[in-house]
Order: sequence, then structure tokens, then C-alpha cells
Amino acid sequence: MLYETVRLALQAILRNAFRSFLTVLGIVIGVAAVIAMVTVGQGSTDQVQADVSTLGTNLLMVRPGQPSHGPGSGVGGTAPALTLKDVDAIEEQIPSVAVATPSNSRAITAIAGNVNYTTTVTGTDNRFLVARDWSLASGREFYESELRSGASACILGETVRQKLFGHSDPVGVNIRLKQISCRVIGVLSVKGASSFGSDQDDIVLIPIRAFQRRIGGSQDVSMIYASIRNGISTDKAKGDIERLMRERRHVGPFEEDDFNVFDMKQISSMLTGITSVLTGLLSAVAAVSLLVGGIGIMNIMLVSVTERTREIGIRLAVGATEGQVLLQFLVESIVLSLIGGLLGIMLGLALGLLGTKLLSVPFAPNATLILAAFLFSAVVGIVFGYFPALRAARMDPIEALRHQ
Amino acid sequence: MSAAGHPAPAAAAAPVPPLISLRGVTKIYGTGDAEVRALSGIDLDIAPGDFVAIMGPSGSGKSTAMNILGFLDKPSSGTYFFSGAEVEHLGRNQLALLRRNFLGFVFQGYNLLARTTALENVELPLIYQGMARAERRQLARDALARVGLTGREDHQPSELSGGQQQRVAIARAIVTNPNVILADEPTGNLDTARSHEIMELLTELNRRDGITILMVTHEPDMAEYADRLVHFLDGRIASDERPRKEAGDAV
Repeated sequence: MLYETVRLALQAILRNAFRSFLTVLGIVIGVAAVIAMVTVGQGSTDQVQADVSTLGTNLLMVRPGQPSHGPGSGVGGTAPALTLKDVDAIEEQIPSVAVATPSNSRAITAIAGNVNYTTTVTGTDNRFLVARDWSLASGREFYESELRSGASACILGETVRQKLFGHSDPVGVNIRLKQISCRVIGVLSVKGASSFGSDQDDIVLIPIRAFQRRIGGSQDVSMIYASIRNGISTDKAKGDIERLMRERRHVGPFEEDDFNVFDMKQISSMLTGITSVLTGLLSAVAAVSLLVGGIGIMNIMLVSVTERTREIGIRLAVGATEGQVLLQFLVESIVLSLIGGLLGIMLGLALGLLGTKLLSVPFAPNATLILAAFLFSAVVGIVFGYFPALRAARMDPIEALRHQ
Repeated sequence: MSAAGHPAPAAAAAPVPPLISLRGVTKIYGTGDAEVRALSGIDLDIAPGDFVAIMGPSGSGKSTAMNILGFLDKPSSGTYFFSGAEVEHLGRNQLALLRRNFLGFVFQGYNLLARTTALENVELPLIYQGMARAERRQLARDALARVGLTGREDHQPSELSGGQQQRVAIARAIVTNPNVILADEPTGNLDTARSHEIMELLTELNRRDGITILMVTHEPDMAEYADRLVHFLDGRIASDERPRKEAGDAV
């Protein structure tokens, strides 16, 4: 009987295939929006998490400026800059810190032969590789003498190497960075993309003193990376650094910090927060779309019941009970909205795949969500199909048979 | 006693209890000034195997009577016994079950499902009985064969002539092996030759299978196929007679 009813429903739906398609469009769009949004959102969140682990969860960053400005804010206007002495102090005086390293960055055009490529030049030292858990693919690290004198030596990220040199090995070749000519001494191993697609391999490392003298023009250090020893909590290390820096920068007991210590977890939770707010907003839009889709189904089912009054009369005359007629129309609207749900799931997955490709984040469809979308479209069919089906079931067979 | 081919031959056949019995059945539509008394106190007994033609001008109450007899409508007052059981107080679903199991309907406009094959149309009542597909198909085929439509199982109504469509409707009515067929002007949309074919088919179902037939008609020559003529006028039964059939039915 149920099989018959479903078959009957499919027949009725296919008889008006185009109208049925327009009817379920609301459901299709609603479900597709939810699936696509959540898939892309999930992909971004996964990516952030992955970045955090490639960057190292045990990494702290120190920048000058007010804490309220957040991790993204630039150097605070009045706050004094950090110095190389601060780097050494953090590393030597805080037992919970394994290594500390300076990091000054600027966008600069690198030139090799007749090839130009604009990249990020970071002034730092060998401890940067330790802190970021990064190794060399070829060549060598900076010599101590190079670091001390601020020699013009550079280590290329894989992306920069590829752009400037294609397939050939650049070690030992000179490139130009602004007015500096510098010798390539090594190439970093591949690190991959970070959150929202920024390419971590798009980087050139030079000794911090070379950066300060020839690019920055000052003794400032704009950021310090500090990696925490294994087994020590981030909060403890953070507290230690804050105490030391307050002392070193003569911050009074009732004054706010004029520097900022933040960890990757903070960045990750901030990014995840943004993603989930976006996902929430768009899901609300999708829910409205599903509601409108449901009303569309109700509308078309009412039209269908009116159009088929005579058919209903015949069915009642040959002995269909109220329940059997109710079931027929209810199954029809459920099948209709399930078709919409299925189309929506397929469209949503396709859009999600496209979106994750464009943002270069992992495509991780959520099975629970897909199941939920499927069940939800069935619920829409039941809720919005019930009233029209009841109207069909309650028809007076005599009136229905007389209907033209 | 009575021959198998001619059940209920005489008027005073008391030993056979009536299949259908109406007592004081009244039907009133509307209220107050708009009140229409469609039936006023009808008494009617119909024996099993009878072939009754119901005649009367429009508005005489014959359609209302047919709707009540067919469990499609309920009387405002009075009693309806079907096989000795009172049915006028039954609910919609119980009436649907009575229609499904004991009645078959034939309408003037055929009332077949459009874009549905003859076989599927005939199957319809069996689907609601919950019969398995294979058995259903076989019974529907048999019913179509009985009305002479073998080979037309897969035709849709639009591909069949009026007479053929009415045969499909008759097949649908008999597929459940009903006690009664209610035919509402079954020949109203057909030409004379087709009308006589349909009447001969109904007569055969009455004579051979013993199905009780209640038929509303306007046409006296169609009414002549019946054993009994009931005339309605102004919501009452004006006459109820069994015309003696002359030897050799042909007119």
C-alpha cells in the first residue's frame, strides 16, 4: 500500500514536472545554501586549525601596542618598540621559553636576472626556523658571523624560489631586494597555505641586522616569536613574558600593558568565531528560504487538490477512506520536498566544493548535516502538506464528483 | 423454489429478507427559509438480485435517494437497513468500507481517472482493499474480460470510445464482486446502439451473477430492461410497479 502510494505520488509529480521543479526550488535553494555555507565554513575552520598546528600551538607572539587593539593591530603609536635585547631577555630569563626570535617583515620586490616578484622579506635569525618548526630543503642556515654583521645573505621560501628561478637551484646566486644585493644561501621546505589562502612559502629570510640597517632604517624589532617548552602551559609562559616585559619597559603597577602577547589559539578562535558568525547568519537566511519553500509547497498542493477534486471524488466513491486519501496527498508533498532536499544537497555539495577550491581550504562534507537536511525537507513536506491533504481527505464525495 | 435466473419473481415474496430497506427516510438541505425537502419519508425495500429502474423529473429526489443508497450521503431522519443492519449512523470511514466492499458505482460521465490505463482504473478499489498486486491485476483483467475489453487493458480513457469507457467503469464496479451496482444514468452520454449494449451488459450481470442493480434513468426504453420501475415525484415515491414483460423482450 505504501509502495503504491509512493509510486502514485511520483506519477502525479512527474505529470507536472516543470511545475513540480518550480515548487521545490525554494527547498533546493534553502538546503543548498545551508550545505554550501556549512561545508565552506567547516573547511575554513579546519584550515585554521591545521595552520595553528603547522605554526605550532606552542608559539607566542609579542608586539608593542595596546592589548585592546588585538592581534591584528599595528605598532602602537606611543608604545616604544621592541629591541634585540628584549629577544635575548625573553629567551634567557624565562625558563618556560625554549627559543625567542625577532621577526620584522616588509613587502619588497625581489629581482633575479630579468624576473621580478614581490614577496615578504622577513628579518630574523636561525631561531626563527626552530620556533616555526621549519627546515631547509637545500643550502644552509645563516652563519653567526653573517647574523652579527648583518651580511647580505638570504634564504628563500619555495614559492619565491619557483617564481624567480623556475626549476633551477638558486643557492649561491645573487638576487636584489630593493637596493640590496644578496646571496641566496638556502631554500626553505614547503609549508603550504595558511588561513584564508595566504601562502606561507611566499617569504625571504635575511639576518635581522641586515633588515634593520638596510630596509627598516632603525634598531626596532616589530615582533618577537617565543616558542614554549614542552609540557608548559601557554598561560604560564604568557604570564612570565608579560611580567618580564612590564619590568623591562617600566610599566607602572596601575598602567596597562603597552605590548601585546598573544598565542595562535587566540588567532584561531578569533577566525573560527568570524566563520561561525558568518555561517550562523547565512543559515538564518537559508532557514527563511526553507520556510518560503515550504509555503510554496503548501500553495501548490492546495492547487493540486482543487484541480484533482473529481479524482478525489472517484477515489472516495470506490471506497478510499479519509486516511488513505490523506496519506496519498501527504506522501506526495513529502516526496516532492524530499526531491527538493536531494537536489539541494547535490547543489550545495557542488557549491561547497567550488567554494572550498576557491578559498583553497579542505572540502569536508558533513554527513550529519546532509542527513539532517534530508530529514528536515521531509519535515517541511509533512508540515506544509498536512493541511492540503486534510482538505482533500475531508471532501464531500458527492460535491467532488459533481466538480467539473 | 425460485429459479436461479429469476430471483424475486413475485411481488409478495416475503421469505427473502430485503437487501436494502429504507424506512421514513427524509433528507433536508439548508435551514429556515432556504430549507429544501429533497426526500420526505421514503419507504423502499429492495430484494437481493432485483433490477430496479428509478425514474422521475429532476428535483424529484431520485439523485438524493441514490446518494443515500450508495452511502455517499446520510439521511436527515429515518432508517436505512443494509442486509438488516442500520447504517444511517455510521461514520465516514465506515461508509467508505461499505462502499468498498458491497457497492459498485457507474456514472453518466464514466468518472475514470484520466491518464491512467483501463487496468489501473479497474484495480483502484482493490488497491484500497489492500490486495496484493499480482492478485489485483488478475481480478482486474478478469473484470475487463467480462465486459468484453480484453486487449484494451493498457488503453487510457482518452484512447477509448464512450461505450468502452463505460465498460471500463462497469468493470471497476464489478471487480470487487459487489452486492449492488448503483448506476446513475449510465447511458446518458451514449448513442442508442451503445446504450443498448451497456443495458444488455448490466442485465447479464444481474441475471447471471445475481448482482442487484439500482439504475437512475430518464429514458423509458432503458428502463424497460429493469424488472421494477420506481417513479419519484416531489421527494416521494409516486409509483412502484413490476411491468409484465411481454414474451420476447425485443421492441
